[in-house]
Order: sequence, then structure tokens, then C-alpha cells
Amino acid sequence: MQDYIIRRLSALIPTMFFVSIMVFCSIRLIPGDVVDLMMSQNDISTGQDRAAVEAALGLDQPILIQYFRWLGDACRGDLGRSLWRNTEVTEQLAARLPISFELGLLALLVALSVAIPIGVYSAMRQDTLGDYVARSFSLVMLAVPGFWMGTLVMVFPAVWWRWAPNIEYTPFFESPIKNLEHMLVPAILLGLSLSAVTMRMTRTMMLEVMRQDYIRTARAKGLGEVRLVVQHALRNGLIPIVTLVGLQAPMLIGGAVIMEQIFVIPGVGLMLLEGVFQRDYPVVSGVFLVVGISVLLINLIVDLSYGWLDPRVRHT
Amino acid sequence: MSTASSVTIPKLQSTRNPLVDLIVRIFRDKPLGAAGGTIFVAFLLCGIFANVLAPYGANDTNVLNRLAAPSLEYPMGTDYVGRDVLSRVLIGGQLSMIVGFAAAALATVVSVILGVLSGYFKGWVDLVIQRMVDAWMTFPGLVLLIVVISVTGPGLPQIVVILGLQYGIAGSRIVRGAVISVREHMYVHAARSIGAGTAHTLIRHVLPNIMPVVIVLFTTRVGAVILAEAGLSFLGLGVPPPQPTWGGMLAGSGRAYMYVGPWLALAPGLCLTVVVFSVNIFGDALRDLLDPRMRGLR
Repeated sequence: MQDYIIRRLSALIPTMFFVSIMVFCSIRLIPGDVVDLMMSQNDISTGQDRAAVEAALGLDQPILIQYFRWLGDACRGDLGRSLWRNTEVTEQLAARLPISFELGLLALLVALSVAIPIGVYSAMRQDTLGDYVARSFSLVMLAVPGFWMGTLVMVFPAVWWRWAPNIEYTPFFESPIKNLEHMLVPAILLGLSLSAVTMRMTRTMMLEVMRQDYIRTARAKGLGEVRLVVQHALRNGLIPIVTLVGLQAPMLIGGAVIMEQIFVIPGVGLMLLEGVFQRDYPVVSGVFLVVGISVLLINLIVDLSYGWLDPRVRHT
Repeated sequence: MSTASSVTIPKLQSTRNPLVDLIVRIFRDKPLGAAGGTIFVAFLLCGIFANVLAPYGANDTNVLNRLAAPSLEYPMGTDYVGRDVLSRVLIGGQLSMIVGFAAAALATVVSVILGVLSGYFKGWVDLVIQRMVDAWMTFPGLVLLIVVISVTGPGLPQIVVILGLQYGIAGSRIVRGAVISVREHMYVHAARSIGAGTAHTLIRHVLPNIMPVVIVLFTTRVGAVILAEAGLSFLGLGVPPPQPTWGGMLAGSGRAYMYVGPWLALAPGLCLTVVVFSVNIFGDALRDLLDPRMRGLR
């Protein structure tokens, strides 16, 4: 297991290198670069001052040195200050990350608790009406845009029953019930759109596992259908689902941006959008970096848990 | 010598056009996929002839008829400044189709170039390209798009290029896989051993044999790209107004009026869902027919 962990960690290094280059480029590619932006905000315009500002920011240094300086700062948790609020970007991120994390976790719970039972059902009743309904549902969910579902949920209950989802954020530890009232609707919508792929995968895996010899053996010794499915088939069939959850992490985060916008959840996604519209570049690139690192971490955790769940993976 | 050169070799060819053949097969073996394809073609035609079909101009305002419910005069009602929703949906659909085809085509080209380079040359070229693809794919599509657009600014050409790159890089893995399996085939080794150059081998032997994968890739990308463009427009980062877009019609200043005119919330989202759904099931059918190994790809 130790070897496996080391191998996984070292595979991460080149990817992290390119990720850091992408984030660094996103800062450097800003139109009318940072100096122009700062100058226009501070009314400095003479050529000499420009050179001074550039020197102070380290922009007169070769690009390689600039990159390593930025990397060093980022590793120490210094992502610069927001141009709009003049607070540390790291500080804002620390306040908003748990909120997005809660949304993502709830959505994942919804996705799994919808996808796995329906996927199993679909596989056990292959080619019946129920199977077709479930498969059509997952195909439709792949096509329905999340922002449209969000819009419908906001508009139609309000028109028909004068009920609208709560869009006022309350911190969880202040009032868990109020917090969930707000988070549950977007989490369900996000979870439903995630469930489509997981459901298809669960169905395929279950169909494959049910054809294995050990399932026949279990049947032969007279095991009940429920125990057979839960203890023998599902345990093995679910291993690839863990990988799938990791692969879906980017989708989950992307979908969360839209849900945070519709339901006014003050998470990282909304922070990114606010940053873009306020041309607050340190915020944009800070969120960009954190999102990249989160996905890498999730994938690492998934890989490691995969090695733990399936001994064959460790030794290949 | 003269007798040898006069021998004519009969060509082994189907009498029918391969494209006609494929269409016949889809309709015969995959009715659901055929239905999807037909619906998609209908939307495509609506997009091509949108300017003729639209009963009103997309931005013709008529304040006297603002927020009119669907009627014979306005089949999908009007919005908060009295613009005809049907006309806007048609013109918006045209844009979706343009973005869908242009970006999916660009994406396919990018995928093929990267995939062929990576899969055919192997070695350090493959290693570097694959680690870059890894890094690129670490970022959620939408987040990457938002960040890039914050740099380039919104607009049709930017959207097409960015979506093309985004999906092109992600799809290069699939092309790479196909190239790796093709390059080990006997005919490729044979071609190389009789002295075919790299370019010749790639164009004459590798590319034609990965075509099924490329066609399927293109089809699945059309739906994905249309959905992504709508998402960006919804966030206000797509093609800027006054150009109507399906995503944009569900967002922005129109949102507040949906409570008075709920029909505003229906048409664009429904069109989007139907188009993406139909192109998805068409793509699935195409994949099953052309390349069964690609099952489960999305």
C-alpha cells in the first residue's frame, strides 16, 4: 500500500506543474495587464512611476523568476488581495469554501441515493418497462440543463402555489434547519443531474457482476435475493462507482457555480462570477487555483481509496 | 509486359454510397437514434431558415403587447418589452446551431491533431501532451471557460474558439486510444516497411481508419457544446445581447418577469433539452453502429 501511495503521489507532480502554469498564465494574460489596472485606480500615469510600480510588483524580472515568486507566494497561502474589497483572497476563500463543500456533499448524497437503487433495480429487471423508464430518465437528465431546472423550480411553484425556494443564506451552525432549507433544493437539482451517469454505470456494473461465477455459487447455496445483491454483487459492483465519483468532481463543481448563482449561495462559484464581473483578477485566479487543487485532491483520495477497496489495483 | 498492364482489377466496392448505407442502417437498426437524428435535422433546418421562419424581428419591441400570453398572433407569447418569443427562440436556435457545429468541428480537429501526435509518436511527445491534457482536464469545463472568458471578453468568435479548445483537448484521449490500436495493425507496418513516409502513413492509413471514432466524437460534441454555450449565456458570459440566445433568454433582466409570464421560462429550456437529447441519442446510435468499443463514452 505504501508503494502504491508513493506512486500515486509522484504521478501527481507533473500534473500539478502544468496546473500551476495554467493558473499563472491566467494571471499574466489579463488584458491591459495588472499595472495598467492599478495605475488607473491610483491615478499614476507618468512613465517613471510605471517602471517603479513594475519593479515593486516584480514585473521587470524575467518571466521564470516571476513564476517561481508567484509559486512561492501561493505555497505560503498568499494569493494577493482582492482589488475590489481589498481583503486577502485567501481569507475570502476560507470563508466560502465550506459553503461550496456543503453544497457539493449534499448533491453527492442525493446523486448516490438516487442513482444506486435505481441502477440496481434497472439491472435486476433488465429489459422490463421499469428498466426502460429508468434508462430514459437518465438520458433525459443528461440533456436537461441545470440552469433551466433551477429556473423552473424558482418560477412555477411561485406561480402555482405561491411558494418559492428560500434564497437567503444562513450559516449552518447558526440555524441548521434554515441552512438546509436554502441548500436542499439546489443540492437536489445538482444531485439529479449528476445521478444520470452514475445510474448508467451502476446498471452496467451490476449486469456484469451478476454474470460472475461467485454469484452463481452464492445462488446455488441458497442465498436470498436481497442478501445476494447487497452483500455479494453490490460490494464488488460499486468499486468502479468510486472512480466515477472522482471523475465527476469537475462536473459537480461546474454545476455548483450555476446553482450558486441561481440560489444566491455565497460559495466559491459565486465568488468566481463576482470576480469576473468586477474584473477582480486576483480573486478569479485564486478561485481557479483552489478549484484545480481541490479536483486533484479529490482524484488522489479516490485513487487511494480505490487501492484500498480493490487489492488488485495496488499490485499492478 | 503489355498483357500485364492491360489487366483490369475489378474494384471491390458497395454499389451504394457509404453515407446512404449508414443512414439506411440507422433507420433499420436504431429507430430511436433515427428519431433523434430526424428531430435534430428539423432543428437544424429551423436554424438555417430562422430568418425566413421568424414571424417578427428578434428585437422588434412592441410595448403595447408586452408580456402577452401565447396566442395565435404570438405562438409563444411576448417578453417584457413585447418581443416575440417564438422569433427569438428561432434566431437563438440559429446561434446555438452555429456555435454547436463550428465549435464541435474545431474540437474534432484539435482532438485529431493532439490525439494523432500523442498516439502515433509515443515517447516524450506523448508524455508531455498527456500531462498537459491531465492538467487541462483537472479544471471543470465551466470554470475554465469562465476564467478564459474573463480574459478574452465575451463574443461569438471567442466562444467558438474556447469551446473548441476545451472539448478538443478533452476528446484527444479518445483519438489517442484509437490511433494506438490502429498503428499496431499489419497494414500500417506493411506500409512503413515498403517505405511510406510518416505523413503518407498518417493520411492514407491511420486517419481513414480512425474515422468512425472521429465521426462519433464530433456528434457527441455538438450536444455538449450547445449545452455549454447556453450555460455561459445564462451566466451572462456568452454572446452578448441584443443577440438572443437560449441561455440568455432564461437569465438577466427577463427573469423577474417570469412570475408574470411563466411561458418565458419554458420555450428556450425545452428547445435546448430536446436538441441535446436528440443529438445525444443519435450519437449513441451512431456509436453502436460504427464503433461498439466506444460504449459508455460521454
